[in-house]
Parts: sequence; structure tokens; C-alpha cells
Amino acid sequence: MISRRRLLSLAGASALLAACGSNTGRGGNGQALKQWYHAYGEPGVQQAVERYAKSYTKTQVDVQWNPGDYDSKLATSLLSDGGPDVFESTPQISSVRAGQLVPLDDVFGDAKSDFSESILATHTVDGKIYGVPQAVDMQMLFYRKSFFDQAGVRPPSTVDELIDASRRLTKGGVKGLFAGNDGGGGVLGGPALWSAGLDYVRDHQVGFDDPVAAQAIGKLRELYTSDSLLLGAVKDWAEPDAFTQGLVAMQWTGLWTVPAIQKALGDDFGVLPFPKLTGNGKPSVPVGAFGAMVNAKSKRINEAKEFVRWLWIERTDHQEDFNLSYGFHIPPRKSIAGKASKLTSGAAADAVKFVQDNAKASNPPDWTSVMRTAFNDAVSRVVRDGAPADAEIKGAAQKARDELKRLYG
Amino acid sequence: MRHGRAFWLFVGPFAIGLLVFVYVPIAWSLLLSFFDARNTVTPTEFVGLRNYVDMLTDAPFLRSLGTFSVFAAFIVPLTFVLALALALLVNQISFMKAFFRSVFFLPTACSYVVASLVWKLSIFNGVRFGLANTVLGWFGAEPIAWTVSTSPPWYWLVLVTLRLWLQLGFYMILFIAGLQRIPQHLYEAAWIDGASRGWQTLRYITLPQLRTTSVAVLLLLLIAAYQAFDEFYNVLGTDRGYPPFARPPLIYLYYTALGSGGQDFGHGSAGAVILTLLIAGVTLLQGRVITR
Repeated sequence: MISRRRLLSLAGASALLAACGSNTGRGGNGQALKQWYHAYGEPGVQQAVERYAKSYTKTQVDVQWNPGDYDSKLATSLLSDGGPDVFESTPQISSVRAGQLVPLDDVFGDAKSDFSESILATHTVDGKIYGVPQAVDMQMLFYRKSFFDQAGVRPPSTVDELIDASRRLTKGGVKGLFAGNDGGGGVLGGPALWSAGLDYVRDHQVGFDDPVAAQAIGKLRELYTSDSLLLGAVKDWAEPDAFTQGLVAMQWTGLWTVPAIQKALGDDFGVLPFPKLTGNGKPSVPVGAFGAMVNAKSKRINEAKEFVRWLWIERTDHQEDFNLSYGFHIPPRKSIAGKASKLTSGAAADAVKFVQDNAKASNPPDWTSVMRTAFNDAVSRVVRDGAPADAEIKGAAQKARDELKRLYG
Repeated sequence: MRHGRAFWLFVGPFAIGLLVFVYVPIAWSLLLSFFDARNTVTPTEFVGLRNYVDMLTDAPFLRSLGTFSVFAAFIVPLTFVLALALALLVNQISFMKAFFRSVFFLPTACSYVVASLVWKLSIFNGVRFGLANTVLGWFGAEPIAWTVSTSPPWYWLVLVTLRLWLQLGFYMILFIAGLQRIPQHLYEAAWIDGASRGWQTLRYITLPQLRTTSVAVLLLLLIAAYQAFDEFYNVLGTDRGYPPFARPPLIYLYYTALGSGGQDFGHGSAGAVILTLLIAGVTLLQGRVITR
């Protein structure tokens, strides 16, 4: 999961709070293990993870909650000796190459086969697993059934139908679709590639160096210029507000919003994957999972690994609580996901099915920030400025190729 | 000159802070700029000037430098003229002087982050009930997505008004201080010589007397323009990164050096050095032109 609610202004406050953290001196060698989370938006998560840590008896564990730009803060702290022992993130090839992460293959034991393979793959670099997946997050298209019925529009199954639906549902102060305040370029770039049967990176090669990619990204431009997108909403795509307030007929957001949407709209909504573009393409949903990782600079690697094993592998009840009691996430362990009653009906059940059939890694380990920036810039220029898609995509592909060459030779 | 214990007691902590938190990082960053420093601040692979060559041929970085040179050429004179005008007005009035001075200065005390969020979320949000769009609605106009639309680039309106609101008061105070240092007898002499109140005294007495203040203000404005970060990051940045337009050099370097999954301190530091040299160069040039 991308840390999605960022308030830079609060970053300082968290540092202050951390400085006030109490150390009761419990635990063998005096110091507590430090564990970091980014700030989840759903109420109760912070208390829950603190509760888990407290119930661990072998070592004292201090949980630090990190509002703000978590990725940058974490990356910086991993360079120094002052970083956390255990933290949540998604592994990046650059951190692995820099020797910042401890391989956790031996932590899994027999439970490895119980974890969803596609999720484990997103935590694997050069054949080793670096994170124990905590919670699977996915994004999909939410739509208001009543709005569709009134307008006589069917749920879209191709990109063209999506654009058409968005246009026809725009009337009387209601917009067709909300896909982020940047006009969809940020969250729909990946789905657009997948809709045409392409990908970010494939077998260490650029996955979108193809004329069809320009066509797929061009569709996002068509959507943007259709005058049917909601732009500049108060809360961005990761929050359900625009959808629940009836400002739009469709919104691209995440599974985590399902409880809030259900509460506001009852069963007057449905969910869809991002549709396919052409015959070759497939519908898709971006999927990612934060995993618990161990800092290679930690002075207590073995204790940290043992804690991770206890928290996310032994204590299946914690994984269940963490995934289902607050926002909705899919438990990465099949045995827990299988018996989760909250995921067996309605939108959540559809989401689980999409993940089985249409999952694409939203943040694969070798999709580095250089490539991501180049690609996002290209998409943004095409979508918002009307720049020629083929030239922009070619430029981004070249940059990605250089970077892959640096990584894999 | 020998310094006593009191000198070091007062200056010491400050000097140590400056050394540890300013000079050491600057020197370190200079060092990093000559190394391949990915995901480490203690690099071993010396690459000479390669990072500099990369940055000077990096299209997005050059574009951000270009954009912000244009931005500086626009925002510096605008802020200068408006701050001076405000200072003259506030200095002229004979009633509630302290009140007006405080009112205009107050925004300076406001956090850039807070002001950015107010501008982005309540004044210039894109939905129909945003403040700006409500006003537009009275005249029957369609809502505008202020921070999203690139044609026309409405986001500049948001960013420029925000920057003016935050900064004007501070520069106004500098000008007022300058104005109050101009001896009254100069004006009296000018009037006796037949200079008219208003334009002539402004042109021949006030402006020349404000020269030192003006140079300082221009300098600060120019540096502030190139160092733009806070309000841009908070108004245009999203959790998906920063759009490729109106991207200040510092934000581009921030993502290069600290972006998730791709920390590249070598290129980031090289870019920072280039930016520093550019600011120093433009500043010197400006000083030359003005004091000639």
C-alpha cells in the first residue's frame, strides 16, 4: 500500500511525540525494539498495533506512528544508525542492493505456502523475500447504481465505454468520474497500460515500449478532455468523500473505503476493475501490500526477526484484526482470507475476486522512483497538456531502459 | 583581539550549531556530488564530474531552472513594487498606523503549510462550493479546477496570490524601516526648492534614499524565488508525486535525493551545487547592475 494520507505539517509533531515515548525498562537488554508504521487513516489502527506490540512478552517493542512523508523519512533513517529495527514498507531493489534489508525467508517456515504467491512476489528481489506481507490493498472503480439506472447507462467493460459513461453521467452538478485531483494521470497510468496488455517492467525489460501504450495513455487524455472528470476536490482519490457526497457517479479509490461507503450509501453502489482497452488487454486492479521488514543496520536482527515472525505469522488473530476490523484490506494469508466473513459478500467479495483474476502489482520492486517519475511526468504531460503521447512514452521508456541497464547490466 | 569567556559563552552555542547543522552538511553535500551515492551518505565510488554532466543534461532539471528563472523575473518586480506601494501608503496615513502595519505584517507569521492548505482546500478547490468558484457562480460562470487546469495555467494564480499574501508584509516592513530613516529635512528642502509633493519627491528623494533597502529586498526576493518549496509542494504535490510543470528546482532535487526507493544523493547534491552557483551568479549580476 502506498502511504496515502500525507500531511507534511504533522511530520514534526510525530518526531516530538516520539521523543516523549516512555521506556519502562522492561525487556532483557534494557532497550526496546523500535517498530515504525506510516499513519493509517482509519481510526483505531494505531491503538491496535500498539496493543499487539504490548502483548509481546519476549522483548519490549516501542511503536512509532509516522504521519507525513513516510517514505522519505524511512529511507533517510535507514541510512543512519538511528532507524527502526522493524518497519513496514514495500521492498525496493535499490534498498536491497544497498544492503539495507534483512532477507526473511527463514521467518516464514511452513506458513510460506499459505501466503498468496502474487503478493509474495512483490516482496521478492533476486530470489529472496524481504517483507512479511501484513495487509493487501487494492484499488478499483466504484459506481453509483442508482445514477447509472437513471441515465440508462450500463457498467463499462471497455475503456471507451468508461469514457462514454463518464460523459453521459455528467449533468446537474454531478460529474461522471473522480480519479484524483491530477485528472487521473497519477492513479490510472498503470491501469491504462494493463488495459492494453502491457506493464511497467517485464522480465527486467521496459514493459510499455510499444505504440499501443501511446494509444492507452491517449485514452486518459480523452477522458480528461471529456469535461466529465471531477477536479480539485477537497479530499483526494484515496478518500471516499466525493463519491459519498454525490459529487460523482464513479470514483477510483481503494478497498479500504468500503466500510465508509457502505455506511453512507447502503447497497447503492457497485465495484468494477479498470476495464480493458482492446481484445488483447485485460481488466485490472492495482494490488500492493505493505510488509514487515527488518533493518540490516539493527543491532538486534535476530530479536527483530523473531518479533516479526510472532506478529505476522504466529499470531494469525492479529493479522485478521488488522485487516478487517478497521478499513477493509485482504489478509495476505489464504487461510485467513478464506474464512473472513466480511469479505464474502457485496463489494468486498467482488474485490477479492478481482484480486484473484485481475491483480497487477502497483509498486513492483524494480519499478524505481527514477522510472516512476519519468513515466508519471510523461503521462501528466499527455493528459493535462495534450503533449503527443508517442513521443512522451518513448522518452519515458528510454529513461526506464537506462535505469534497468544500470540495475541488471 | 582576544575574546573573553563571556564572548564564547554567548557566541559558542550558536557557532557550534551553525557548524554542525549548516557548514558540515554543505561540505558533505559538496563531497557527495562527486560520488555515486545511491542509498548511502558514505559513498566509495568516485565519479568525478559525471553527476554534474548528468544534471546539466537532465531535461526536467533544466526545465525547472528555466521555469523558475521566468518565475523570478515575474514575482520579484511584482512583490517589490507592491511591497513598496504598501509601505508608502501605510507610512503616509496619520491614523491607525500601527493597526494597518500589523494587519499587513500578520500573514508573515502564518505557516506556509497552513496557508497552502487554506488556499488549496478552501479558497481554490475545484468543486462548486469552493470560495473562488462560489464567487464565479454568482456571475453564472462554470467552476474552475484551479490547481489542476494547465490550459490556462490557473495554478499560477493560486501560487502567486499565496506567495504575495505571505511575503508582502515582511518586505513592507523592511521598506517602512527604510522610509523612516530618511531625514525629514530632505523633503523640506525639496519642497522649498519647488518639488511637488508626490511624484517628484518620490522620484528624487524617496527612491534614491531607499537604495540600500531596495538592494537588500531584491536580493532576498530573488533567493526566495529560486528556493521556492513549501507552498508549491503543498499546493501541487499529491501522494503520487509532483506534476512536471511549475516544479521548483528544490522540489525536483528533493525527489531525486530523497524520493522513495531511489535515493540518489550524488545527483541531488550536484543539482544543489548548480542551483547555488546559479543563485550566487544571478545575485552578483543583479548587484552589479543596480549599484552601477
